[in-house]
Amino acid sequence: MPLETIIAGVMIASLVLYALLGGADYGGGVWDLFAFGRRPREQRALIAEAISPVWEANHVWLMLVIVILFTAFPPAFAAIATALHIPITLLLIGIVLRGTAFTFRTYDVQRDEVQRRWSLVFSIASIITPILLGTILGAIASGTIHVENGLMTSGFFRPWLAPFPLAVGFFALALFAFLAAVYLTLETRERELQEDFRQRALVAGVLVGLLALTVFVLAQTGAPTVRAGISRTWWALILHICTGLFATGAFYALWARRFRVARVCAAAQVTLILLGWAFAQYPHIVEPDITIFSAAAPRITLQLLLAALVAGAVLLFPSYYYLFRIFKREAAR
Amino acid sequence: MDDLLAARSQMAMSLAFHIIFAAIGIAMPLLMIIAEWKWLRSKDGIYLTLAKRWAKGTAILFAVGAVSGTVLSFELGLLWPGFMGYAGSIIGMPFSLEGFAFFTEAIFLGIYLYGWTRVPPRAHLFAGAVVALSGALSGIFVVIANAWMNAPTGFRLVDGKPADIDPIAAMMNPAAFSQTLHMTLAAYAATGFAVAGIHAFMLMRDRANRFHKAALVIALAAGGVSAILQPLSGDLLAKTVAKTQPVKLAAFEGQFQTEQGAPLRIGGIPDEAAGVTRHAIEVPYALSILAYGDPQAVVKGLNEFPADVRPPVAIVHIAFQIMVACGVAMMLVALWAAWRFLRGRRRWLDSKWFLRLLVAAAPLGFIAIETGWTVTEVGRQPWIIYGVMRTSEAVTPMPGLVLPFITFTLLYIFLAVITVWLLLRQVAASPRDPDPIAKEARVAA
Repeated sequence: MPLETIIAGVMIASLVLYALLGGADYGGGVWDLFAFGRRPREQRALIAEAISPVWEANHVWLMLVIVILFTAFPPAFAAIATALHIPITLLLIGIVLRGTAFTFRTYDVQRDEVQRRWSLVFSIASIITPILLGTILGAIASGTIHVENGLMTSGFFRPWLAPFPLAVGFFALALFAFLAAVYLTLETRERELQEDFRQRALVAGVLVGLLALTVFVLAQTGAPTVRAGISRTWWALILHICTGLFATGAFYALWARRFRVARVCAAAQVTLILLGWAFAQYPHIVEPDITIFSAAAPRITLQLLLAALVAGAVLLFPSYYYLFRIFKREAAR
Repeated sequence: MDDLLAARSQMAMSLAFHIIFAAIGIAMPLLMIIAEWKWLRSKDGIYLTLAKRWAKGTAILFAVGAVSGTVLSFELGLLWPGFMGYAGSIIGMPFSLEGFAFFTEAIFLGIYLYGWTRVPPRAHLFAGAVVALSGALSGIFVVIANAWMNAPTGFRLVDGKPADIDPIAAMMNPAAFSQTLHMTLAAYAATGFAVAGIHAFMLMRDRANRFHKAALVIALAAGGVSAILQPLSGDLLAKTVAKTQPVKLAAFEGQFQTEQGAPLRIGGIPDEAAGVTRHAIEVPYALSILAYGDPQAVVKGLNEFPADVRPPVAIVHIAFQIMVACGVAMMLVALWAAWRFLRGRRRWLDSKWFLRLLVAAAPLGFIAIETGWTVTEVGRQPWIIYGVMRTSEAVTPMPGLVLPFITFTLLYIFLAVITVWLLLRQVAASPRDPDPIAKEARVAA
């Protein structure tokens, strides 16, 4: 397998982990805003307890995606950062407000009105940021960012301010909210709280389905090459069938209150959606002008980067496992 | 404001903001684990309270540092796509390593902050030590990338494009060692003095408070040792600059004419139009000695270089003077503190004047960090990669950059105000019950 493909694979794997872990932290923020019913206070407390020890570590997966992108595929990073300057800037503002508001809420006065103010900033930022993230990925897939001789020629609005990328943005939001609700059913042993998040997961699951359909329909004109890639080959078909099976499985497991099964199915579903997109776009890193081969850094850089990634992973995964074992084991039992 | 200036201003503002949190993020975990270590050894509850207080402060500052660091890594591409497209494959390596150091830091900080009752005491202390170590490492990796911009190595230029790239050689650039050493010491010195100053202030109001005394001693020890070592690393770095960026050294010193046996100028205002630095105190031969170890060495003046490769001299010279003045003042304060302590008096903290001086010295380290980065960044202009790529060639074609500059400035001012307010309330204030363990014992008795 070419080195470029391996490194791109690691980058996609980091993105998948960011979606599964960091994405769910955004989803937590969504449910903070929609904390209502009989137990809003308990719901908020559960969300805060679930994400407090891990959100900063989970956020680093995004940083890893970025450093791999600019080390291994520098011209692609330059093109994306130029063409999508505006949504990326907005994304950053969202990231800053989400993280700081959450931390300030933890350490500020525990009076209700102060807490409510920070909660509002935290949860709104948690909603806007995934939409922007999805929009950015949608724009990259849409094939509207054009590059000639290393210069971006497609304008600063057109690639992302369009129905397809925005639909992908809402799709990302729904997926993150769905993941968070599914995970939260396993973060508590209190039946009623579990039920609250089960209902939320079911609602979000329906929205995920509807938005997936919307994205697929809009891709016809909004991202024709990727759409063709999705529906072209036999393995793509298998990938889709699997995604559908896991989606159904997650839904059924939620219905039957088999929460651990639901968690596995939901995570698999999100993973396969991202992989499906990556395979459909391969070998393009930015449709249609930049491939991972045309943008690749020299071989020596790729080799060293891969060595660093392997060494880093050897250090990282045990630490990550330790973190999750400390904070996630009791609740999951 | 034109777009290039707006882009530079946004980058400068983002770095100036982030570096405070980054420096504290490097040093604060060290203070925190020293306090926890003393708690484990002495079982004196004061140290437990202190470790928990400092951990709270670290949590707030780390969160702001982490998100402002995220902004910076994206801004490299948002503002300087020309630079990243060109240099990403050469200096992406230290950024990737920094990614893992940051990962480790975030994981173990989570364990440290929320694991007080969930992991055994030794494992908890170990988690804190990993945070301290990986924090320092991640700072070092980022400064290595900056050092490469000052002293680019590890590639050859062929038709204006980099060839024969060697990322390891790029990391081993001649400025890497002295620059990382200088910045790491600066982080400990600045944070140590700032924390010591805050607790000295609280101690002036409440002389007998053991909590503030314990805090002051730990912070001053860490900050003082670094402040005493810092001039040595500064000297090493200046010698490196003399070798790799002679025009920058000339700007540091306001040295316009090439001169044998050049003097060291203290203070003074460079007049770029006239090509002289006025009102400076000149120490004969000192610059030649400091830069090259030889009183008769020739120091190249700014006039040797074409006008379009000279940095803005006045800003660089004045910022350099402020940085050195702060550094020297901190070293003297640290020496005085060491002398008071070594004289063996147990009451070495009881002097009102000594506490006042510590309060006055509290901001010096951060002033030195900000002016020091002004020196290194403005002193590199007009280059983004010294001698290879101009800053104006790297900037994004995106118009209207003044808008994001203003937006991020307002956002960061808002964050700074909240952070300072929270720290004063939550971390620096005298604890109502500084020694919970003693209280428990009293209640039990």
